[in-house]
Amino acid sequence: MPTPPAAGGSPRPTEPILLGMYRNIYATRQFELKCIELYRQGLIRGYLHPYIGQEAVAAGACAALNAADYIVSTHRGHGHCISKGADLKLMMAEIMGKATGYCHGHGGSMHISDKRVNNLGANGIVGAGIPIATGAGMGIRVRGTDQVVVVFFSDGASNNGVFAESLNLAGIYGLPVIYLLENNHYAVSTPIECATGCCDLAGRGPAYGIPGICVDGNDALAVYRETAAAVARARQGQGPTLIEAKTYRHGGHHVNDPGLYMDPAVLAEWKARDPLLLTRRAIGDDARSAEIEAQVDADLESAIAFATNSPEPSVDAFLASIEDR
Amino acid sequence: MIEMMYREALRRAIDEEMQRDPLVFLMGETIAERGGSYKVTEGLWQKYGLQRVIDTPIAEASFTGMAVGAALVGCRPVIEILFIDFAMLAMDQIVNQAAKYDFISGGQGTVPMVIRTQGGAGNGLAAQHSQSLEALFYHIPGLKVVMPSTPHDAYGLLKAAIRDEHPVVFIEHKLLYMTKGPVPEEEIVIPLGRADIKRSGTDVTLVTYSHMTLKCLEAATLLESEGISVEVVDLRTLSPLDKDTILSSARKTGRVIIVHEAVKRGGIGGDLAAMLMEEAYDDLDGPVLRIAGRNTPIPYNLNIEKACIPSVEDIVEGVLRVV
Repeated sequence: MPTPPAAGGSPRPTEPILLGMYRNIYATRQFELKCIELYRQGLIRGYLHPYIGQEAVAAGACAALNAADYIVSTHRGHGHCISKGADLKLMMAEIMGKATGYCHGHGGSMHISDKRVNNLGANGIVGAGIPIATGAGMGIRVRGTDQVVVVFFSDGASNNGVFAESLNLAGIYGLPVIYLLENNHYAVSTPIECATGCCDLAGRGPAYGIPGICVDGNDALAVYRETAAAVARARQGQGPTLIEAKTYRHGGHHVNDPGLYMDPAVLAEWKARDPLLLTRRAIGDDARSAEIEAQVDADLESAIAFATNSPEPSVDAFLASIEDR
Repeated sequence: MIEMMYREALRRAIDEEMQRDPLVFLMGETIAERGGSYKVTEGLWQKYGLQRVIDTPIAEASFTGMAVGAALVGCRPVIEILFIDFAMLAMDQIVNQAAKYDFISGGQGTVPMVIRTQGGAGNGLAAQHSQSLEALFYHIPGLKVVMPSTPHDAYGLLKAAIRDEHPVVFIEHKLLYMTKGPVPEEEIVIPLGRADIKRSGTDVTLVTYSHMTLKCLEAATLLESEGISVEVVDLRTLSPLDKDTILSSARKTGRVIIVHEAVKRGGIGGDLAAMLMEEAYDDLDGPVLRIAGRNTPIPYNLNIEKACIPSVEDIVEGVLRVV
């Protein structure tokens, strides 16, 4: 359970939460680095959008959720998936297109969902998860539970029509949805300054009667704090929140994009504030972080071994399964 | 049997399903107090409250996406898209999301939602409120497409659609809402994917659906007086398609005409004709014909609007050409 917000102030993470966030940040970083390696070896195909640099957003936000709460993810979704509690084995198997993967090799990197932990899934269409999450919030209202939904999306998605529609809808019905806008400053290669006349994206919340909060997306503790406060409001029936987490990709849009359009000086500034380093520093105890890292490294090795040794989906079984679909 | 209007039959189906299952809820534009533009949902908000009969702003893409999300968390949303023309605003959510979730996720979740919408010409509503766009949805694996022609079928099929585990595009016709017909007093659920032989005959088969079924039946009556026996197969659901009923009727009569209001180019008729060629060629006594809408946007003026969609006379003529 996340720490409830302190009266008149913001919630502070307990130590297990801090360590858990670090585990997820480190696991995501290493997972992505391995994926890039496997991609270069031709063992992963299609599109691969690394979450490197943004890990604190997913880790901080998911730390404020219960297992029963929902998340909706994006094409850059590995971090969301891991932070919500995915099994690295099933994730890696899916990304390698194996029958044992989360989606039996039907989905791949852009389409992983994980019913077990109420991860409603990544999406190949930018912005498409926003109304889906809004509807999950409506479903929660109809069912009368106290669950909440966190939907991750980017600054790019915030310029799609469904963002405006969905914020408006959630505002009308007071839905328990946290709109977590990861402002990584680029829509593919288009800088945010070229994509909107107003770069204060959190300011779009109040336009729909929703609180709009801006937070340092590289600071997992800050993301946790703001998400926990938004979750508490949502559970109490006080409706949705828009959180803009400012962050930065450490590379291009996908694995084959060198990101030459990114200003090296700006990138260096962001890298100096690497969420991995910041969170490790917050723990302050090298032995504890090393212990976490060793465990993740071992888990990741077994995940890769599991995925590598897993069978491909059977073509015959697949063809039999799609008849009359 | 009770006489009921098509729109009353739809309302009865929704009412019974909302009564039966508290997870069924409605969203759409002006569907609550106003009862919907075609009055299908009239009065339901009083019975089930505004938490389950939900007016939305004009935001088709997002309230359709909301239905996907609500379905994924265990509800059974029934949304109303006022005109099928407006469903074009929601195509990402229908085609890329609703239709594919079950597949993409490796079966981790289904999307039990119904999109009620209506199409068709005949009221002088011009090019953006009169289209017959079923072929767009028929083309997409993962969607079911239902197009009932009678109050009886509208009632039984909508109940089945609401109970279905997969997304259903339920297309009504604006000229059918006020039509009347017998509906059983007891509850019925008509399984999706079963055509209905609305009239038996031996000389020629008309394969049709939705409002055109009425025109085909009228044509069949006229042709009877000329000694021609016409079988009218009402598909009722386009997807899943009841191939068996189409093929067995084709084998019986040896002559098939497909009749639909949607434009001929890229329409359902072409697909059915090809299917008949592939699977019943040796049983046919002649080429399969299509009688369908003209390849044009629907005009406003009533006389030229009428010229764009098949008439009873067109159907009679078509039959006389093949027998």
